Amino acid sequence: MFQVRFHGRGGQGVVTAAELLSIAAFEQGRHAQAFPTFGSERAGAPVTSFCRIDDHQIRVREPVSEPDALIIQDPTLLHQVDVFSGLAEDGYVLLNSSQSFEELGLETLIAGLRPGRYMTIPATEIAREQIGRPLPNAVLVGGFAALSGAVSIEAVAKAIHEKFSGSIAEKNVRGARAAHELVAGALAEAAHA
Amino acid sequence: MLRQEEGSRAVAESVALCRPKVISAYPISPQTHIVEHLSDLVRTTDLSPCEYLMVESEFAAMSAAIGASAAGARTYTATASQGLLYMAEALYNASGLGLPIVMTIANRAIGAPINIWNDHSDSMSQRDSGWIQLYAESNQEALDMHIQAFRIAERLSLPVMVCMDGFILTHAYDEVDIPDQKAVDDFLPPFEPRQVLDPAEPVTIGAMVGPEAFFEVKYLAHAKQMQALDVIPEVAQRFAIDFGRPSGGLLREYRTEGAETIIVALGSVLGSIEDVIDEMRQAGIQVGALGIKSFRPFPLEEVREALTGASRVVVLEKALAVGRGGIVSTDVHEALHGTHIRCNTVIAGLGGRSITRDSLHGLLERAGRDELEPLSFLDLKTELVEHELERAHRGTPSGPHEQNILNEIGVVAARPH
Amino acid sequence: MPYQEIKLYQAGTFVAGNRLLDPDQRSVQARMERSNTLTSGHRACQGCGEALGARYVLDAAMRAADGELIATNATGCLEVFSTPYPESSWQLAWIHSLFGNAPAVATGVAAALKARGRDDVRVIGQGGDGGTLDIGFACLSGMFERNDDVLFVCYDNEAYMNTGVQRSGATPPAARTANTKPVGGTAGNEFGKGKNAPLIAMAHEIPYVATATVAELRDLEAKVERAMEMRGARYIHVFVPCPLGWGSASRDTIRIARLVKETGIFPVFEAEDGQVTSVSKIRRRVPVEEYLKLQRRYAHLFGDPPQTEVIARIQERADRNIRNFGLLAGADEGGDLPGSAADVAGDTPGQDDPSRTAEQETNLMRLMASSPHGPQ
Repeated sequence: MFQVRFHGRGGQGVVTAAELLSIAAFEQGRHAQAFPTFGSERAGAPVTSFCRIDDHQIRVREPVSEPDALIIQDPTLLHQVDVFSGLAEDGYVLLNSSQSFEELGLETLIAGLRPGRYMTIPATEIAREQIGRPLPNAVLVGGFAALSGAVSIEAVAKAIHEKFSGSIAEKNVRGARAAHELVAGALAEAAHA
Repeated sequence: MLRQEEGSRAVAESVALCRPKVISAYPISPQTHIVEHLSDLVRTTDLSPCEYLMVESEFAAMSAAIGASAAGARTYTATASQGLLYMAEALYNASGLGLPIVMTIANRAIGAPINIWNDHSDSMSQRDSGWIQLYAESNQEALDMHIQAFRIAERLSLPVMVCMDGFILTHAYDEVDIPDQKAVDDFLPPFEPRQVLDPAEPVTIGAMVGPEAFFEVKYLAHAKQMQALDVIPEVAQRFAIDFGRPSGGLLREYRTEGAETIIVALGSVLGSIEDVIDEMRQAGIQVGALGIKSFRPFPLEEVREALTGASRVVVLEKALAVGRGGIVSTDVHEALHGTHIRCNTVIAGLGGRSITRDSLHGLLERAGRDELEPLSFLDLKTELVEHELERAHRGTPSGPHEQNILNEIGVVAARPH
Repeated sequence: MPYQEIKLYQAGTFVAGNRLLDPDQRSVQARMERSNTLTSGHRACQGCGEALGARYVLDAAMRAADGELIATNATGCLEVFSTPYPESSWQLAWIHSLFGNAPAVATGVAAALKARGRDDVRVIGQGGDGGTLDIGFACLSGMFERNDDVLFVCYDNEAYMNTGVQRSGATPPAARTANTKPVGGTAGNEFGKGKNAPLIAMAHEIPYVATATVAELRDLEAKVERAMEMRGARYIHVFVPCPLGWGSASRDTIRIARLVKETGIFPVFEAEDGQVTSVSKIRRRVPVEEYLKLQRRYAHLFGDPPQTEVIARIQERADRNIRNFGLLAGADEGGDLPGSAADVAGDTPGQDDPSRTAEQETNLMRLMASSPHGPQ
């Protein structure tokens, strides 16, 4: 079972991000479960959502306390919430920021992680460019597809078309693909370095 | 058709497939997505003919449902927690009048203190209301149960509530198989009311009944619910044949053959329990689980049969009878009457506290070593409560418990002087 | 002998009874083929105003609906005395659910009929003042707000009668009830409490609101007929004396109902979409004492010494109604409605204002329309 935990703030589409990932996994013939934790319904409040992917039916019903991957939509949470709690040693981390982990002063947090498994991408900026709004959720799922290989970008695109419609779907797919390219490119570079 | 869908939406789709003619809806977390989606389906005429009433309270929701059902329409509503309590008077009225209304309960804790997260206190509080109560383990089962519920309700002329864990199921995206309209139409013929408000054949419904007849009328309501013990499995069997998967029924045994310890539970926690059972069985520990699907009527015989052979039973409950302890366990105890099987009650998950596989594992191990108290509380922060009890005992002017505990765990920064 | 014109008000003609009226204009109760919806054998008290009102209302509604009528009924005297199990006085499809939900049950019935393609069948909901104004108020307001296709009739005997005469939101000032006794220096029910259900109904801007009494039964029938011509939410508020609860003689029921109108205490009017459309004028104005004296619930006002200030306050309220609704026959005396600035200031309204018509826009409605929370 592959367990992903999303961190963000209310209004950033954290819940939708987990749902998109689960639909993408379903599109690829796998079993998936996605759900949020709930706090006050208020923009700006920390929100956590989860997605589990497996080849068997998923029966468990509890929050993900030992994630295989983290997707952090809002870097300001790092000072407020213990987002790294329970992360597996060979876990993946995708952080939405135009700065690197070092520039953000997070070297210690990523110290134990495997190279090639953690990355920052400017998802909000990509979203602004491609979608016209600072909603980084679909973009991050696209980037995550490249980082982890848990789902394919085509499945992500399909999921986006299922959740959204018309030009909104088109734009979000563009954003997801852009992030996917960016991450894939960065991984390839690092591999050749 | 197989889809990755949100539990609430899947339930809304399955309710729509049952072709209700009247839906009354008052929003309450965590049921909102169900009634919102049904509203869309009515507006786009995907569900038609159907009147969707945006009522002013849950009391009005059930009251309108009573009127609609009495006037011969297949009727549906949904609620949770405070809303269920607000319609409590009407619940008894609906069952007393024998109206086959189907209602979803998105199980949620009852305040005070106000809490929007999942536990079973709401539906448990109405267990004597005369409604049939079914508890779904998964979103698939939830959507299946609604289809079965209409058939059960209309067959018996009794209302049915389908309980599904709020947020845990309602707001989870899962893979579900949503049946097609024809299959549901074949399974669920049009509603033929036993008694109906019809100017062509006028009847008086809801007369006052005095001491000379009330007892008999009430007994008959009980007898009718007992008939459900036969109807529910019949309908589940029919469903399994028509739709190709087991769903609903009175209860479900999971690896109980040869089990020394059996854990009894209702609702979504059974999913986590089954994972733990598999793990422990792998390690050679003889454990099993019994999921109760029909809580009212309570299947005493079937529960007894399922638990015979075990040395001990643990009843895991998501509700607390304040001043007493367990609720489901009281019924399980009666089922075990005359056997020598030990039965322990474990209260867990109140107000949405997660029940983890780790905790369940530990619990079952302690049970196996017979270390469980007759009544215990899983993952209760005992130091916190002891501290608070001590503070109250000392006579310190302490204010409300919630305030103090929130101060202790640091959620609230301000401290009393 | 000199010929004297005698106009008889019930028929609106110069003849006694209505047998020389056009058949269409005759009272429903005068017809052999009336539905007799609330038939004999019920257990109401002698002189019960509610039983009288309900009989007239239901038969008129049944006639208007061609017999295609379903009734919902709140808990209360009417429900209790009409359905002593295993008997029932009702000769129509009828359901009693709870005390506070008769309007909501009616909403549900109407929805079912619509969904089943049977909106030729009409729905009437009924209840007393307790069930309508107090415990059923949220459901009533919801039904109004949604404009559900229901005619709701409130039989107002101004207290919770079936449970032993306790005070309701309709109990008038100074009235004695079981929990507003004139003891300890009090004079019965306090002034400044209570709610005006017809005005509140009007504030919802529903298609039809009317008040009526059991003294003018043809008028009551006509209002039911008028209401049944329309669709959507409609409300009729009927003043029904209760001999037992009010301590009045059972033979005085109709007389008391006539007096409550003639004093101005109970304005009789019709309104559509939130505007008063017609007012039933007072024919011979009487001081409130004539009305109060017939009821032992006001007996404490006439003790030794009499409570003249209290009576005067009751008179003031009646006077205000007369001004505000233009209740006096002859003069087109317009006036400010309760709650308007001029009314509160106690200004004397303009006399014989030629620009005022019978159809007056109410100040209250104007006030509401201009407020941020008023109708959009």
